Amino acid sequence: MSTRTVAYELGTSGVAPDGTPVRIPLGAAPDVEPDLGGEHLLLNIGPQHPATHGVLRLVVELDGETVVRCIPHVGYLHSGFEKLGEYRFYNQIVPLTDRNDYLAPMSNNVGVALAIEKLMGIEITPRCAVLRVIACEMSRIISHLVWVGTTGIDLGAFTPFLWAFQQRERIYDLQEMWTGARLTTSLTRVGGLMADIPEGFTAGLREFIRTFPRTLAEIDRVLTRNAIWVGRTQGVGVMTAAEATNWSLSGPMLRASGVPFDVRKDQPYLGYETYDFEVPVGEHGDVYDRYLVRLEELHQSTRILAQALDRLPDGPINVDDPRVILPAKSRAMTDMEAMIFHFKQVMEGVKAPVGEAYLGIEGPKGELGYYFVSDGSAKPVRWRIRPPAFLNLAALPKMAEGHLLSDLIAINASVDIVMGEVDR
Amino acid sequence: MNPSVAALRATFGSAIGRAVELCGDTIVYVDRARLVDVLRWLRDTPGQAYDYLVDVTAVEYRDRERPLEVVYFLRALARAADLRVKVELDPAGEMAVDSVVSLWAGANWLEREVYDMFGVTFRGHPDLRRILMWETYAEGYPLRKDFPLRGRFSRAEQVHQALNANPEAHYSLEELSLAEVQEELPPDMVDRLRRGERGTVPHSE
Repeated sequence: MSTRTVAYELGTSGVAPDGTPVRIPLGAAPDVEPDLGGEHLLLNIGPQHPATHGVLRLVVELDGETVVRCIPHVGYLHSGFEKLGEYRFYNQIVPLTDRNDYLAPMSNNVGVALAIEKLMGIEITPRCAVLRVIACEMSRIISHLVWVGTTGIDLGAFTPFLWAFQQRERIYDLQEMWTGARLTTSLTRVGGLMADIPEGFTAGLREFIRTFPRTLAEIDRVLTRNAIWVGRTQGVGVMTAAEATNWSLSGPMLRASGVPFDVRKDQPYLGYETYDFEVPVGEHGDVYDRYLVRLEELHQSTRILAQALDRLPDGPINVDDPRVILPAKSRAMTDMEAMIFHFKQVMEGVKAPVGEAYLGIEGPKGELGYYFVSDGSAKPVRWRIRPPAFLNLAALPKMAEGHLLSDLIAINASVDIVMGEVDR
Repeated sequence: MNPSVAALRATFGSAIGRAVELCGDTIVYVDRARLVDVLRWLRDTPGQAYDYLVDVTAVEYRDRERPLEVVYFLRALARAADLRVKVELDPAGEMAVDSVVSLWAGANWLEREVYDMFGVTFRGHPDLRRILMWETYAEGYPLRKDFPLRGRFSRAEQVHQALNANPEAHYSLEELSLAEVQEELPPDMVDRLRRGERGTVPHSE
């Protein structure tokens, strides 16, 4: 349970009618003139607005500064990934997932590979499982760092953004070292990984784990007890536990409301049940608790990374199955059988048995699910992404209505959307 | 097999169709007419308590003989137990099911997406309109199997439409009316909005 250490009551000084000084709490300003003419204003925010975190467009009906109605418009970044996937081999779907949640591409890669392996009944190697855990937690760290940085900017704190992005750059360097790409990582293959970690990676990651908590402590010091931050976030955008469940929120959004559901704990994959980590749970369900939950998750991810490095076993990263894993290039050139397997995989793809499988992983934004339906061919009949940011964003009107316009920005930031995933 | 299936059969009898287990997940087919009753029972009955809607989507098979399926992913959060409920729709018949927004508010956008991508109507949905595609999108339902990968219209036609769309079409009439600004709009724009002309292309230039 994350507990609140501070609860400021922000306010302005005022004078009561009898002349005594009083403190007027913010957000509860006295309704001086209840009827200012009743004219509502229709305000369009986005799709090109820095505070909407991408191409989100909000049409807001305002009564003074109070949001009466908020209508989100999404789809400006719709790329038809699900349609495209129906025309591709399973391994060719992996690059599509890079472009989904492009702030945490490696966890998308892992999720889609796990779902395909569930469909095909493939058991990955121990080394691969640990490396995938490392990939997932690295993704969670960069995603949460972007979140804390950009939300800070939205609420007027510029410095944490620079610190967060500095640290994120270090993870990006490691990501580039491992996959060759900063953004379009395409890390996984069905039954394994596209590459093992290179020399120097472990040392680099250990160095990151050692020094990263210092930055977290700095962010914590600048924000957690900051009067402006606290005043802008506490009690804003509240979702109760029952509401959060009913609105299908997931991830930090769900847990900040006090529902202790984490896929890593409750429906473990990749052996997460064997790692020692805690799931932070909020109790108020407001923007501040979402911040606390994400900040604590950064600490916990660092712990998981350290444990994963400690236990990283030797051995192959790919399953020993020539039907799903390409043979080594040297063998494909010299060995007839290997060449046939190579040819069949490249030309015909990997066939999945008839059936369907859904697998959800705990992505940085929430439950990231992949649903595959196969008719026995090498291309899925249907490929569905369960997008956590899309479902969390759907509750934005519910959270924002009745709040001030400036609170709408804070609430929208707290959802942690990434439009590539919302629009797919 | 998930024990909820037997409980469902005992309660709803013939409204529960076949149940299969694939890759460790239980899938149960439900009669379209009783869908909301079944899901409400699954949500509210102690011992079942499927209080969380993970996802709603649809599947159309390449085999045209097979019906289109609307899929509901349910979860009992406390037990971390999953159940998948499917409803079959005949593409030749009425493509409609009852909305479950009254049970789970989270179904709102999910059902809108299924409507947008597959053309399935959700009866009783409070706000059933396209979500990922724009409201005046005229090419059909992108995730249906008869929809070509690059869309129905040619590239030139798509560009032409985009360039000629009315700027005011970005606001729906509903949005304009809720802000009570309709009286301030030019009369011809109000007329065009009322006729539902938003976004259409003048072909004769």
